[in-house]
Amino acid sequence: MTAAIELTDLRKSFGPTEIIRGVNLTIEKGERHAIIGPNGAGKSTLFHLISGRYNVSGGSVKLHGENISNLPPYEIYRKGLSRSFQVTNIFPNMSVFENVRCGLMWVKDYKYSFWHLVDRQRELNERTAEVIEEIGLTSRQHIPAGVLTYAEQRALEIGISAAGGADAIMLDEPTAGMSHSETDQAIELIRKITDGKTLVMVEHDMGVVFDLADRISVLVYGEIIATDTPENIRNSKAVQEAYLGAEAEE
Amino acid sequence: MSEITKTASPVASRPLLKTLTPWIGFLILLLALPNIFSSNVGLYTMNLMGIFIIFALSYNMLLGQGGMLSFGHAVYFGLGGFMSVHFMNYIEDGDFTFPMYLIPIFGGLIGLVFGIIIGSFSTRRAGTVFAMISLGVGELMAASSLIFVAFFGGEEGVSGDRTTGPELMGINFGQDIHIYYLIAGWVFVTVALMYLFSRTPAGRMANAVRDNAERAEFVGYSQRKVRFVSFCASGFFAGIAGGLFALNFEIVTEENLNALTSGTVLLMAYIGGVGFFIGPIVGAVVFTLLQSILSNYTDIWQLYVGILFVLTVMYVPQGLTGIIVMHTAAWRMRRIGLLVLPYLRAGIPALAMLTGIATFLETIHHMRSSVEGETAMSLMGVDFDSHGIVTWIVILALVVVGGYLTRSQLPQLRDAWEMANKPPAKAEGAGS
Repeated sequence: MTAAIELTDLRKSFGPTEIIRGVNLTIEKGERHAIIGPNGAGKSTLFHLISGRYNVSGGSVKLHGENISNLPPYEIYRKGLSRSFQVTNIFPNMSVFENVRCGLMWVKDYKYSFWHLVDRQRELNERTAEVIEEIGLTSRQHIPAGVLTYAEQRALEIGISAAGGADAIMLDEPTAGMSHSETDQAIELIRKITDGKTLVMVEHDMGVVFDLADRISVLVYGEIIATDTPENIRNSKAVQEAYLGAEAEE
Repeated sequence: MSEITKTASPVASRPLLKTLTPWIGFLILLLALPNIFSSNVGLYTMNLMGIFIIFALSYNMLLGQGGMLSFGHAVYFGLGGFMSVHFMNYIEDGDFTFPMYLIPIFGGLIGLVFGIIIGSFSTRRAGTVFAMISLGVGELMAASSLIFVAFFGGEEGVSGDRTTGPELMGINFGQDIHIYYLIAGWVFVTVALMYLFSRTPAGRMANAVRDNAERAEFVGYSQRKVRFVSFCASGFFAGIAGGLFALNFEIVTEENLNALTSGTVLLMAYIGGVGFFIGPIVGAVVFTLLQSILSNYTDIWQLYVGILFVLTVMYVPQGLTGIIVMHTAAWRMRRIGLLVLPYLRAGIPALAMLTGIATFLETIHHMRSSVEGETAMSLMGVDFDSHGIVTWIVILALVVVGGYLTRSQLPQLRDAWEMANKPPAKAEGAGS
């Protein structure tokens, strides 16, 4: 079985500074994988490399065995990898309903059509309503996304990313800035929408990580120092030193 | 599950009649207008309005819907006009037979072709890059219109004759009223098409790319292609507007594709409100009215339009339509009455101030442009001396007193606005 995502000696430099310094990582299909590490370790950069926001400086990214390095983001999305953003990244002037529908149109094969009327596409709209129901925003669906509360915007962010039913979903700090109860809801939501799919997430909240992840990778200064089950990572001395040491320095 | 279908249904199957009502109203309005304003000036103004409505709406497909600020939209309008006037001449010469009323199709096609050519490289980025390219292309076209004389006719342009085509039920478009109904028909069809375009996946994604181009790429859409589709459609409709211009005026010149016309359409769309579909329609109507009515009274009407534009950009970026929409909340709660008196209290001194400013501008203009030694002038039926001390005291008094009183009335206007837009008491009770 080919891995869902396979990174081989992946590198990224900005000018003379190398941020990602040769990452090798294999994420299996259906796995829930968390990437943790101190601030500035390059977690978000790694996400941007996989999802096509940045071009890679060296090495390769494979999705289901196919090389996707340096493809534009929309090509990667079409191949079945969808992502959310650490900083909420939605369509602020459009309604919640439209935001989710935008995340569905390509996969429903509407492409750049100017001969379908979106409001008349029953299946598209029903699926949109289902996704909105799942993220719990049904009562808010007609208001502009820009006026939602922070937690609601985070839920919408996940909703847009997951709406298209991509096989692999990457979530960049999905619970950042949430209260305890909001975080619990977010975990439930993530569990629900990623059922049977490959999930890669960056997360600072260790509660969330140990709750959700099947395996954890620890990224420190652009290198993965360990990939293992939550249990082993928790007990690993090397991880504790590198991670907590770096954390203490801040 | 029942809730899902319930929430999905209002979008999916809105009652057809409700959807169609505004369109039927629009059609009736278009048919009724020439019976209300039947004078030649009225028809002339309405014809121009119709052409500008299509032009401004096509422009808003770029600016309002797609987030592309273009300084060269007149290129497609002008090319559409030239193409159409050439085809009018081919028909006149008997080179081929084609109904005259469908001529704007050719305008639309050349707009589309140039939209494809220019859009293929200019839609790569939005923002400053796009704006600069559009400006460059606009200048390029305006310059080449004086070089390629065979197509553009040089300084005097190209003229045609719309009455030479095959007659349609005895109508050869010799009369203004005929051309009015022709333009009205095209306006109705193109406005409907442009509205429908905004409701297609391409139109929705244009909004999404405008809002957040990067995010659109992560849901599978290339921002460049989304812009490209809108750009081509916009060129097509601008070309149709140009074709109607050619039919209406029977002459097209370089002026129709230069920067001035590009600026005009930006002005119209913005004054009307780029955030609303009907905004550019409002803008085109207001602009044409200002142009044709104000220009009867004053030489410096363009200055007033410019001031209106600057004030819109500074204080009401949502445009005139935005001002109307702002009042819908108060209207629904039946509290609009609360605003009448405060508006009058602030409006009357504001009007005095504006009168003072306008008189100042007119008097200065008269001093600069009148015959040497002539100081008597007339403004809205009032005769006075442009060098007289009384004149200047009145101007100063109007501006200063009007300005002061307007300012003093603003707090009560603000309070009244708060009152009128307060959420209903019932909702407050339920909330607490």
